[in-house]
Amino acid sequence: MATAADNRFREDEKRRDADHISFLKHRGFRWLWMALLLCAFSIIGYALIDQEPRPNGGSWYGYTLGTVGLLLIVWLSMLGIRKRRISEGAWSLKAWTSAHVYLGLALIVVGTLHTGFQIGWNVHTLAYVLMLIVIISGIYGVYAYAALPKELSANRGDKTGGDMLDTIADIDRKLESAAQPLGRAGSDLVIGVLEQDVFYAGAFSRLTGSYPGCATKRALAGIPATGSDAEIRVHELLTARAEQLAQIRRHLRIKAMLEIWLFIHIPATIALLAALLAHVISVFYYW
Amino acid sequence: MSDLFKVAIIGSGPAGMSAAGQAAKREMSHILLEKTDHLSDTIFKYQKGKHVMATPSDLALRAGGYEEGVHQGMEFEEGTRERILGIWNKHCRIEDERMPTYEGEVQDFDINTRLNAEVVSVEGEKGNFSIKLKDGDTIRAETIVLAIGTQGNPNLLRCPGADHPMITPQLDDPEDHIDKHVIVVGTGDAGIENALGLATDPALGNTVTVLNRGTDFAKAKIKNATDLTSADEEGFLNISYRTSPAEVRDGEMVVETETGQEIIPCDMIITRIGSQPPRKFIEAMGIEFTSEDRSAFPKLSPEFETTKAGVFVIGALAGYPLIKHCMNQGYDVIEFLATGEAVKPADEPLLEKVFENLPGGKSVDYWLELYRTNVDIFAGLSTLQMRELMLDSICTAFAPGEVIFRRDAPGSSLFAIAQGSVAVEVNPNDPSITVPIGQGSIFGEVGLVSGRRRGATIRAAEDTVVVELSRKAALKLIGSSPEADEAVKRISIERQILQLFGSGLTPEDIKPLTDSAVVEEISAGKVVIQEGADDKDLFIVRLGSMRVEKGEGERQTFLGLIPAGNFFGEMGIIDGLPRMSTVRAAVKSEVIRLPGEGFLDLLAQKPQLRERALQIMDDRRRSNEEIESRQDKDGGKVDNFSGLASFLFDEGMGEATDALLIDERLCIGCDNCEKACADSHDGLSRLDRETGKTFAYLHVPISCRHCEHPHCMTDCPPNAIQRGADGEVNINRETCIGCGNCKSNCPYGVINMEPVPPEKPSLLSWMMFGSGPGPGEAPYSWRKENSDPGVAKKAVKCDMCAGIEGGPSCVRACPTGAAIRVSPDKFLTFAKMTEDVEG
Repeated sequence: MATAADNRFREDEKRRDADHISFLKHRGFRWLWMALLLCAFSIIGYALIDQEPRPNGGSWYGYTLGTVGLLLIVWLSMLGIRKRRISEGAWSLKAWTSAHVYLGLALIVVGTLHTGFQIGWNVHTLAYVLMLIVIISGIYGVYAYAALPKELSANRGDKTGGDMLDTIADIDRKLESAAQPLGRAGSDLVIGVLEQDVFYAGAFSRLTGSYPGCATKRALAGIPATGSDAEIRVHELLTARAEQLAQIRRHLRIKAMLEIWLFIHIPATIALLAALLAHVISVFYYW
Repeated sequence: MSDLFKVAIIGSGPAGMSAAGQAAKREMSHILLEKTDHLSDTIFKYQKGKHVMATPSDLALRAGGYEEGVHQGMEFEEGTRERILGIWNKHCRIEDERMPTYEGEVQDFDINTRLNAEVVSVEGEKGNFSIKLKDGDTIRAETIVLAIGTQGNPNLLRCPGADHPMITPQLDDPEDHIDKHVIVVGTGDAGIENALGLATDPALGNTVTVLNRGTDFAKAKIKNATDLTSADEEGFLNISYRTSPAEVRDGEMVVETETGQEIIPCDMIITRIGSQPPRKFIEAMGIEFTSEDRSAFPKLSPEFETTKAGVFVIGALAGYPLIKHCMNQGYDVIEFLATGEAVKPADEPLLEKVFENLPGGKSVDYWLELYRTNVDIFAGLSTLQMRELMLDSICTAFAPGEVIFRRDAPGSSLFAIAQGSVAVEVNPNDPSITVPIGQGSIFGEVGLVSGRRRGATIRAAEDTVVVELSRKAALKLIGSSPEADEAVKRISIERQILQLFGSGLTPEDIKPLTDSAVVEEISAGKVVIQEGADDKDLFIVRLGSMRVEKGEGERQTFLGLIPAGNFFGEMGIIDGLPRMSTVRAAVKSEVIRLPGEGFLDLLAQKPQLRERALQIMDDRRRSNEEIESRQDKDGGKVDNFSGLASFLFDEGMGEATDALLIDERLCIGCDNCEKACADSHDGLSRLDRETGKTFAYLHVPISCRHCEHPHCMTDCPPNAIQRGADGEVNINRETCIGCGNCKSNCPYGVINMEPVPPEKPSLLSWMMFGSGPGPGEAPYSWRKENSDPGVAKKAVKCDMCAGIEGGPSCVRACPTGAAIRVSPDKFLTFAKMTEDVEG
């Protein structure tokens, strides 16, 4: 029936006209400019405001920078919740990521000025160092997000991770029947291949792409490419398997590199929040 | 010679069986003839355990419970195939060891059933028909009720041994077959799907061979064909090309190949080589159909009597695919035979509902008659057809000035004016400029044809009564009534020309053009205008879209997309030069061909129109030249653009209205789009990010494109798929019966059949206490463990996050900006597709 005009048409049309623009470029670098402004104000304030007896986290300007920094850190850490809570509304995770990156970088300036360059062996500096760890791991994250997706895409083509495993399973099925006429030594090599889990190696292999003890490699070396018909066939299949394994391993390596930094970024964030709590409480306790 | 029965009922599906039950109840002498050795073959062949729905839920089932105690008849309510057939078997006193016996109480009917009774011919006249059976018997009856459905008879192999017991024309459940050697004959979709079902799950351990008489799979959907050939390449199954069956023997099939005969061992042969539509058999009885169309139904009186006196047609063959309709008709037709009076149809209360919003509190008959006599395109419809048409329609009265629909609202329905008139706001900037459409005429036909948004706002000019026909109902009407077809076509051409060439023109101005206009159907990829040709016609895209290209083969450059509702070919006419570029259909399309001279004459008369046409021509030329000039400077970029455009057309962008694209230069593979999708829609993701094709970093995931004319909508028995207010193609989970037609009709594989999963614990309790599976679609095992096994599988697909503020959550939840949803007419431009996305 008559459709009321209050549908989403206008905003949908805008969306359908959307550009493919990365989070870094979002809205003409809006958050980069915001972050630069924040840094500029912080630096100008630091330079111009006469802080007595010396620039320090405890001066009024120090408190101001500290409050801004604290609020930023708490807000930045909310990204993890925003990402998982798919509520209604006109929010976009891309905008959040964009703001997260640039405002997070601005924290280097805000946080450092807040210290007044007073570094020591105390809980305050601990919070500062944790913050830097979070930010540095985040900088790697931005690099990974900007550089690695291309590799991931080029490596996988039209194949999904599941497709790649299916191919291995298919090769294994053929390998099993093709290896029947092989002698004892050859059979053992093939059995070794079939018994080895694709994911047998640990995190280090996954990240570096180096897989010592790969049974397929061993079998390839042990079964001649120019022997009996069965050996030729098995060698062919093993070559195909090795190629497929290589693709899977590249896939795993890139995916691991896209994620590895989060294993520092997130725990360091939690530690940072705890250290901040201690920092704030101790500051007010010794006021 | 046997006795003369009062009625012989052919076919023991819901319709025939219900008729037989009613006849038994009335102690009318009858016989129920069933071709197979069991009742209700279509339902019998459903997959094991399939949940059968009872829709429409508001339609009373009169066979069961109507006039309590008097005509109580066959029972039917939603349930599994086994339960329903168990009950029916018990009604009919049939014991079938393949079906579990139903334990509950059911009424006992003294039905005279004869199984294994295939009818080969029917002779005679009303009062004395002779029905010849395959086994040589003849059965005599005064009247015949045909309830044979539309499934027809599966074709047999044309070789010795075609009746071998290992041959089956269908496959119930691939998982019933383990470690078998199977041969599939037939390379249509059904055969391919069966072969894939049996072969691609290695756990089943089946060895499957597909016989292909030729070398291609032209009859199958492209996706099925590529899936099959890749399954062959990957060794899951084996395709034998240029091979046909020569003989079937115990445990093997002899096949004829190019190099001579071969023997393939087998335990089962699935023949998917089509079926003979029952039409010939029916026509041989002297029954006429409404049209030559393959999908046409027999002509019927309001009492379901065909053009052959004494022969009645009910059920799917009468055009009613739903079980409840069928059962009611079985009841109605026997009541008519018994009493000589038509029963008030079971749809009466539904029609009352259709008309309840109309003023004056008039009866159903009054409104039916008013619509039929006042609306031009309804002339020539029977009462039965009118009733059916109105059932699927919405009847509304509008006060003067009230909006019927607005410009840019989605809608593919057709409106007809029964009383009053409407005003069309032809100028978006000035609502006071209107064009009237009077009583009896139609509007909304452009949306009906093109599937695009409404071109203008339409208001009631006075007190107006209209009917809105769903696209499906409108197409059925056009298909069954040549007059309606002609009228809709003419009006739509005229209005399309008027709309395109702007206000100030009257139907008289363009009459010469309209008279010489021809509608042409263009299959996907077919050339309409060839670069360098000398023809001088003008075209309007009526349906689908066109791609404009220059050059040949490798050096072909894509210049742009022309969506429905636009014209092309004007350059050659105005300039008089050979065609500058090639225009071909991006998808199956329809164009209106107008003679160039007529268009030039019109331009000469209307300077304003001439100016507009020149303006459009200039814009197009400039954009083409821009791309061509870039070809010299930055050829790689232009080639990439052309390649991408081609790729996107292959992926269905030509018919899309809103499609999800992923830029893989930005996609980090976090699958947050999928998780957001699942969390926005009761826990099931309607998109598969990783699967799908990629070209030059642009990835088209498995996700609904919201086609202009959705394939999924073409065959939905309960009409549960509709276009919603935001333009989304939506499946109504309430009315979906889980038949899976939409899934098999979708060429892009975006529809899944899934039960509603159980509710997950909240995000907070997952974050804090680790309860539940967390964000996103829960793993299958978790869903299975925590859900009620009785929940029926229904169709699930993207609804563009209809009704969710903020729009599609896949896009909102993408952290890097990789995922966007776009419309092709906006995205398929040089600027958009060659954008530098990275930071």
